Amino acid sequence: MSVKELAARQASARAAFYAKKIRIGVGVGTCGLANGSRDVLDGIRDEVAKTGLDYVVRGTGCVGFCQEEPMVDVLVPGLPRVFYHRISADHGRDLVKGLAQGDFHADWALMRLDRDQLLVETDRDVRGDLNGLAKVPRYEDVPFYKPQLRIALRNCGFIDPGNVDEYLATGGYSALAKVLTSVQPDEIIDWVEKSGLRGRGGGGFDTGRKWRSCRKAHGYPKYVLCNGDEGDPGAFMDRSVMESNPHAVLEGMAIGAYAIGSDRGYLYVRLEYPLAVENLAIAIRQAEAEGLLGRNILGSAFSFAVRISRGAGAFVCGESTALMASIEGFSGEPRAKHIHTAEKGLFDKPTNLNNVETWANVPVIINKGWEWFAGIGTENSKGTKVFSVVGKVKNTGLVEIPMGMTLRQIIFEAAGGIADDRPFKAVQTGGPSGGCLPAAELDLPVDFDRLTEAGSMMGSGGMIVMDDRTCMVEVARYFTDFLRKESCGKCTACREGVLRMSEILERIVIGKGAMEDIDLLQELCLYVRDNSICGLGKSAPNPTLSTLKHFRDEYVAHVKDHKCPAGICPTLTTFVINKETCIACGKCRKACPVECISGKKKVPHEIDQAKCIKCGSCRTICPVDAVGTA
Amino acid sequence: MQATKTDEIDLAKADEVIDKYGGDKSWLVMILQDTQQAYNWLPKPVLERVAERLEIPLSHVYNVATFYSSFSLKERGQYIIRVCDGTACHMRGSTWLYDAVRRELDIEEGGTTADRLFTFETVACLGACALAPVLTIGPKYYVHVTPEQVGKALASYRKRK
Repeated sequence: MSVKELAARQASARAAFYAKKIRIGVGVGTCGLANGSRDVLDGIRDEVAKTGLDYVVRGTGCVGFCQEEPMVDVLVPGLPRVFYHRISADHGRDLVKGLAQGDFHADWALMRLDRDQLLVETDRDVRGDLNGLAKVPRYEDVPFYKPQLRIALRNCGFIDPGNVDEYLATGGYSALAKVLTSVQPDEIIDWVEKSGLRGRGGGGFDTGRKWRSCRKAHGYPKYVLCNGDEGDPGAFMDRSVMESNPHAVLEGMAIGAYAIGSDRGYLYVRLEYPLAVENLAIAIRQAEAEGLLGRNILGSAFSFAVRISRGAGAFVCGESTALMASIEGFSGEPRAKHIHTAEKGLFDKPTNLNNVETWANVPVIINKGWEWFAGIGTENSKGTKVFSVVGKVKNTGLVEIPMGMTLRQIIFEAAGGIADDRPFKAVQTGGPSGGCLPAAELDLPVDFDRLTEAGSMMGSGGMIVMDDRTCMVEVARYFTDFLRKESCGKCTACREGVLRMSEILERIVIGKGAMEDIDLLQELCLYVRDNSICGLGKSAPNPTLSTLKHFRDEYVAHVKDHKCPAGICPTLTTFVINKETCIACGKCRKACPVECISGKKKVPHEIDQAKCIKCGSCRTICPVDAVGTA
Repeated sequence: MQATKTDEIDLAKADEVIDKYGGDKSWLVMILQDTQQAYNWLPKPVLERVAERLEIPLSHVYNVATFYSSFSLKERGQYIIRVCDGTACHMRGSTWLYDAVRRELDIEEGGTTADRLFTFETVACLGACALAPVLTIGPKYYVHVTPEQVGKALASYRKRK
């Protein structure tokens, strides 16, 4: 289609989105599906077909509140959009029946959206009588969403990712049309530079500057890549964007390619995300069919073709040169970057690589202007950042907040505080390359520089919250073991150094460590940090260094007292049931996977220490905290 | 690498995959993924065929096939059980799921049961962190799993046999 046709198509797509019909959406992202949303969607479709109602039923992406899945949203003409949570297939059927009779099941609702422009670029506004929906909390009053500003996550969970018209309905591809018709490539780069957008994949490198060096580089072809490898365990925002709003990534890449002077690119996506691969493939096909990708985009002279390359399970492939080696058909070993990838990258040609979240931000910067974007965030970190807040919190999911918000606001407001109201111990950011921050750092404003100063890093945005039942030595051991396995083995510092660190940590958690081990560990950390080739090795010591700094007493307890204060390390933990407080409810007996708990009704329970595997299932399930450690 | 007789393996499926990628060696990682999908693992004759067709040394194919964790050079079972050991899962007790699978199936990580029904693998992160701990059996996700539920889930697959 041409630029003129685009505007008409957007208008008709918007009219279809807000047709005078009831529209039901079911979240079928990975989290939704894992919670059974496929059955919900089938049930709703079946019920609609059975009753012969003229409803539109769509599978949508994920709104980021994973634990409330399966989520269903209902859009009735003239009424607020209502989101229902924890909906079963039966609920779904009842919802359809109810809607036909004007019953909205307000008690099943999580929130209502009175204004869609909060989320998508439309002007729909609801006023007047709300048909009993007034008591449903508004989106902007739900604690999980209240502090959020969704730029990268816009549209996620609100549109059908498999339907290009739904993206067009939200103003999709307007930014691409704008740059192709009226903005010079250098000007686009100026805008991106002035917006202050920094790479969301972890490094935080200035995006505009990166583009400019690739634009200036000589050579043909030039490649534009998207890093969808998201290897940091604990982070899944890129998965959500690729699954729920794939066209946003494609539009961003096309704008970048136009600015840089590239006509081809790759999306590198890890194969652990099959749905992301599928939805991106569908989006590429549709965009090509509509003339939004491929040859002569929107009738212009600009062409850009994208292909998907799947990763095969290697954390190191998140590193730029390793990623490129993988696309070329080699094992993912990084190289030293004496020559920048902007000059010699993929197939030795000028290459620009940005992460999924970075690309998703680009169309908004073009549409709303760099001034708008630069007005959000802190001095050197502009815009928002998506965090996946998981671990021991009440509300788990994806939270997109303006840079500069404190860790306390994210954890205690959006995420609702610590699960079961236990004490907060630490928060881990930045994945295996990041560090653990203690309670004293809770008021730290979150941005690229402040997190680095505090000894952690932004990374790709994983945020794992830990309570008092988390052993910090075990956490360090876990990350170090992960990095040991994922080290590609090319440089000695990382291959051998991380292995030795891991061995020492293994010794400490089974109570066989010596005090000298702690000093040796520290020394090794500094050596590995200073002598590794790539970011994996350079940052590998962070989990250990940060826990040594903030939680040294736990290391000492493991070594000197042969105790794991958190009651996690099996060899250093003994679980006992307090006979005074045990209410003999039998829950622990049923939860024990090895049946080592004995007791009857009204008789305090007891653990057979010879059989106990120290899994802590009994402690987790006990309603009165009667299971403790000796 | 396990010994497999060449005449037992139908190489047509590998050829089909290679043709799909136009015999372009830069797609090696994808070609190996798709051939693994077709055979459920990567038998030696298939690796040899890939090397021959892409005109690259077998050592290169072997290097790639052993570098990435998703490739298996051993025959795998009908159902692949993958215990997620991402950070969120680990903190919510994936170790105990790992132990439960090991106990129930009496095999180590990477192993396959004698009846060829199950293969036990771990995965660095499935990106379903909010639902931790997670494990998958075939394409099905099991979320918020307790060690005690593992046995029941496995039993339901044994019945289907």
